[in-house]
Amino acid sequence: MTINPEHPIKFSRTHRLQWEEAQQKDVILYPEGMVELNQSSAEILKLCDGTRNLAQIVSELEQKFNTSGLTNDITAFLEVALKNGWINQN
Amino acid sequence: MAGLTKTNPTTALRAGITPPRWLLAELTYACPLQCPYCANPIDYAKYQSELSTEDWKRVLTQARKMGAVQLGFSGGEPLTRKDLVELVKHARDLGYYSNLITSGYGLTEEKIIQLKEAGLDHIQVSIQASTQELNDHIAGTESFEHKKEVAHLVKKHGYPMVLCVVIHRENIHQMAQILAMAEELGADYLELANTQYYGWAHANRDLLLPTKEQFEQAEAIAQAFKEKVAGKMKIYYVVPDFYEDRPKACMNGWGTTFLTIAPDGVALPCHSARELPGLDCPNVNDYSIEEIWNESKAFNFFRGIEWMKEPCRSCDEKEKDFGGCHCQAYLLTGDMYNADPVCSKSADHGVIQQAIDSAARSALTVTEKPLIFRNSKNSRLLS
Repeated sequence: MTINPEHPIKFSRTHRLQWEEAQQKDVILYPEGMVELNQSSAEILKLCDGTRNLAQIVSELEQKFNTSGLTNDITAFLEVALKNGWINQN
Repeated sequence: MAGLTKTNPTTALRAGITPPRWLLAELTYACPLQCPYCANPIDYAKYQSELSTEDWKRVLTQARKMGAVQLGFSGGEPLTRKDLVELVKHARDLGYYSNLITSGYGLTEEKIIQLKEAGLDHIQVSIQASTQELNDHIAGTESFEHKKEVAHLVKKHGYPMVLCVVIHRENIHQMAQILAMAEELGADYLELANTQYYGWAHANRDLLLPTKEQFEQAEAIAQAFKEKVAGKMKIYYVVPDFYEDRPKACMNGWGTTFLTIAPDGVALPCHSARELPGLDCPNVNDYSIEEIWNESKAFNFFRGIEWMKEPCRSCDEKEKDFGGCHCQAYLLTGDMYNADPVCSKSADHGVIQQAIDSAARSALTVTEKPLIFRNSKNSRLLS
């Protein structure tokens, strides 16, 4: 499974992304399961709202963290996310 | 409600104790089904009282404050509680991810919509077999067609759909058909739960435990299917530990992750722990969840490794499986401090083979004794 660079990316309707106060981290919740996210993974997933494609997500994060060259890392993470069903594309 | 006045306003954890993440709310022991492998205690009929709506709300609030995030509404059949929608709403407001674990019996489209609006995240429907005849026999109720209808409705209203099928000798030959049924119903997840032999399943073990060959055949079919549907359907396969040589890491470690509240308010470190002697499991009517999790005798009983005897104490895998399942040790060896006899290092490991042999003999007899179905009459007879 690979990310289509043209299409917008959307967080899965059957998963929930949420900040957990007790754990001081963002988590993904799904039937009987939970994935704990580090800060960068959470930042990427929060931008998967169905309006941005890969390049837009990359550029937004590069701007936010005042850095460059994030394309490979973000693509690799989004492919894992796609494989796990956390995100989808039309 | 003496416990309320003792509640500490902070949610501090004692050193070395991890917070609960999973809360299983067994709302009731009432159930229209009579599955002979039910995980409820054999003597459930003697526990008649049920927590009130306000009690449950208090429990949900306190456990959430400590860090519980996954919430299972279970039973019995949780749909028999009139306040289910209200409790789901309360859970959603607190930020829980709510799982409804149901037989589907009595679940209408109207109720499915109400629960969705209240914030329910997922519905797990149990099906007992791939054919109406066997499903209705195992469930002790005519329910097959309705369950399939419920599965469609769950999907239609945008829930992730989880089918749960408990596997045993009566249905293990249907593995291929069960998988095909799950695919046809559009399940997002399929839980294939090999029967764990506690409670009612322990009483019916001679009639439920398949042979090793049956297990291996069924597992190979499930494995091949898992690859075929990768990316479409996730399969959770609960292993049959009688055919393993190391025990499962029971409850991810005692008092580390899981908290079960029984219908009458008794707090349990595992849903079978009511069978263990001398734990003095506390009740949420007397203590806060924080006191129960941190201070109670029951939740500290098997925490860590200090309680261990040999062969666990000197075993280099003791932090991996924590000695296995205490309920299994108690049921099969009479001593809950023993290693789980599933472990090949256990001096009592032979009891597992005896159980397997006994079940195999039972399968060969012409007049097999009948299954003992889970109902109040049998509960009173057996306890």
